[in-house]
Amino acid sequence: MDQMTTNILVAGVGGQGVILASDIMSEVFMEAGYDVKKSEVHGMAMRGGIVTSHFRFGKKVYSPLIKQGEVDILFAFEQLEGLRWFNYLRPTGKILMNDNKVNPPAVNLGEMEYPKDIPEVIRSKFKSFYLIKGTEIALQLGDARAANVVLLGAISKFFEVNDDLWLKTILNYLPPKVHELNRKAFSTGRDQISQS
Amino acid sequence: MKKIMSGNEAIARGAFEAGVKVAAAYPGTPSTEILETIAKEYKEIYAEWSPNEKVALEVTYGASMAGARAMACMKHVGVNVAADPFMTLSYVGVNGGLVLVTCDDPELYSSQNEQDNRHYARFAKVPMFEPSESQEAKDFIKLGYEVSEKFDTPVMVRSVTRISHAKGIVELQDPMTPPVPIEIKKDTAKYTMLPSFARVRHAFIEERFLRLKEFAEQFPGNRMEINDPTVGIISAGISYQYAKEVFPNYSYLKLGMVWPLPKNLIGEFFKKVKKVYIIEELDPFLEENIRAMGFKPKGGKDLFPICGELNPFLVEKGILGKKFKPPKPFFKEPLPPRPPNLCPGCPHRGVFHVLRKLKVFTSGDIGCYTLGAYPPLNVINSNICMGSSIGGAHGMAKALGEKGRGKIVGVIGDSTFLHAGVHPLMDVGYNKSYATIIILDNRTTGMTGHQEHPATGYTIRGEKTHRIDFVGLGRALGIENPRKLNPWNLEETERVIKEELDKDEPSLIISEGPCVLLRRAFKKYNKPLQVDSTKCIGCKTCVNLGCPAISYQLVEGEMAMTADGKKRKGIAFIESSLCPGCHLCYQVCKFEAIKSQEEKPIFGFETA
Ligand SMILES: Cc1ncc(C[n+]2csc(CCOP(=O)(O)OP(=O)(O)O)c2C)c(N)n1
Ligand code: SF4
Ligand code: SF4
Repeated sequence: MDQMTTNILVAGVGGQGVILASDIMSEVFMEAGYDVKKSEVHGMAMRGGIVTSHFRFGKKVYSPLIKQGEVDILFAFEQLEGLRWFNYLRPTGKILMNDNKVNPPAVNLGEMEYPKDIPEVIRSKFKSFYLIKGTEIALQLGDARAANVVLLGAISKFFEVNDDLWLKTILNYLPPKVHELNRKAFSTGRDQISQS
Repeated sequence: MKKIMSGNEAIARGAFEAGVKVAAAYPGTPSTEILETIAKEYKEIYAEWSPNEKVALEVTYGASMAGARAMACMKHVGVNVAADPFMTLSYVGVNGGLVLVTCDDPELYSSQNEQDNRHYARFAKVPMFEPSESQEAKDFIKLGYEVSEKFDTPVMVRSVTRISHAKGIVELQDPMTPPVPIEIKKDTAKYTMLPSFARVRHAFIEERFLRLKEFAEQFPGNRMEINDPTVGIISAGISYQYAKEVFPNYSYLKLGMVWPLPKNLIGEFFKKVKKVYIIEELDPFLEENIRAMGFKPKGGKDLFPICGELNPFLVEKGILGKKFKPPKPFFKEPLPPRPPNLCPGCPHRGVFHVLRKLKVFTSGDIGCYTLGAYPPLNVINSNICMGSSIGGAHGMAKALGEKGRGKIVGVIGDSTFLHAGVHPLMDVGYNKSYATIIILDNRTTGMTGHQEHPATGYTIRGEKTHRIDFVGLGRALGIENPRKLNPWNLEETERVIKEELDKDEPSLIISEGPCVLLRRAFKKYNKPLQVDSTKCIGCKTCVNLGCPAISYQLVEGEMAMTADGKKRKGIAFIESSLCPGCHLCYQVCKFEAIKSQEEKPIFGFETA
């Protein structure tokens, strides 16, 4: 990532916490001294529909939307949504995907199939691919809702921003009684990305 | 101090810093969070959800006459509803500053059309500012109040989804005390638009317009950035940011004020650069007006689409033309779409299931329930604007006469009914329609994110207040015997709707089922239901309710048969983490394959 601005596309399904995750990232990077912009769509799209949030940081950011083909990190909270935005990636980009599936209506109705073997399809075309068992890890820690904190932990590993700043910002959004659980969720998330 | 703010939060902050006293709105994406932020963060400001946008604007007009700074906020189509007061408010002008915020929705993320409200500024002869990011959103609101008071005019500030719902860094300032005293001041000739007074005011606004044009020439928010002089771009709002992103080295004329336009400044820019492109979203508003001044840009809407929103990709493609190289896709197969859907347990689903069964024509309206137009429900047959369901059903009934008897239904949400449905229901009663009107009373404004309205019993700040009774209101409007039903009880729902369809007189049914997401309305949710996989024959009856918790799954081998030997290709499955236990699926299953986990099946919920 040597260009001026870093582009992260967060994608998922209504109710998964996509917007919260990108809110947290924008605060972290503002505190770390960057210009930040982000953009998403609320409203109609929220009733179980597609949710995306474009998040950008750098020295000076103009557009709140990422140009197609210039996503540095595709941060997918669900498999199909990861595949849907695949083409927005830069050839040098990374994908960080939650190993989780939510059926769209046509699949529930038995009219279409949920695309098969999404991780394999992506891996066959893209080397920088990280599949995280965010939902599973969160469940093991005691609350499925902590999945997005696991994922934030994982993505935090890609940047040189101090992890205390990440944690402080995340915990600010959460009631004290779940702080301990989310601390664990964050550090387990970080552990999912190997040092290399 | 610096803070990350959405455009909407920045607009709210701007109102606070400008010393606004009264703010009124009706919810509508992407404008809703402006008033929500004011209600939550800035207790100094009186804030209200008005029943509709016309009322909201009239409230600010009153506040302005009394000397207060006032703000009305709405989505683009809300301005249509408020257009009647607005056109004449331009004549009257202001005492305390008045800003009307319009939030347009290019790409129709959550709207029924894609109109470009810059035309309203020209139509009403008022100034319009258009921010290109959160910081400017705050600045332009404050500036709007100065301009409003200085020129005696209402001011429009236009946002779009990518401003309102985008976030950027904003520098905060302290609130100020506005200059105009708050008091009763009578000025009949200014505020009373009788023809004789209005003629005088019309001449005034024409003269005001000339002064505003001069202002536009001096206004520092209309600025030239001269870099590479071979290409000059005239742009405003979000389009400016997209252009800067892809062509940082070109020269720019960035317009912060999109009406009236600074003719001399534009002329100067044309002299300084070789060729000029005009980049704007939606209509060729700047382009047509600039061409009408006699200037000849190299390109505009011949290069950029009128439909939909712009983005950096489209801007680059438009300017580079044949030289543009789109990125290569990694993956090309079609994927299952993911349209929005009614929630599991949604109260609208039961009514829609029955309407589908009865095969009526359903004149629809705007809200979550419009999603009933999608498969598998396929029940909403029409919808243009808020309130149109009732007049539409009534008009069809009058046209069809005997042919349509028992087949015409209008469905309308509670918030939508109070916004624009009362008058058409009055028409149904007054002119004796046989159309059956159903108010889907889910006790909230669901679609826009659960705002209060006059029939929820609460104000925007959660204070208790009078709650409108739909039965009483229906009677007052000429419906003799309004009926109620529980939409989670299918037998009752079908019986009541059938009885009302059979009647030869105006009918009103109130479907009483709170939005399942409205926590305070429920004592508790029920236990999730389960499919008995030994009994399910895979008929898909429950699947076709379109509940996101139910899916159809193919089965093979041993599983391809029920316990009593019936063949099947698949079975239904209920995802228990999604199911609040409304028991609709339980009622439609003819094979007793769906099991309630309650002691006795509950059709609906214990509501508070
Ligand atoms: C003139 C206008 N103002 C606002 C809106 C935005 N809007 C769409 S539907 C809706 C209200 C929905 O509430 P309700 O009728 O109670 O139905 P629900 O979504 O709760 O089912 C609003 C405010 C609009 N489309 N048009
Ligand atoms: S938000 Fe409420 S009204 Fe809207 S679809 Fe969900 S349950 Fe139904
Ligand atoms: S009871 Fe049936 S229809 Fe109701 S929410 Fe649960 S699965 Fe959906």
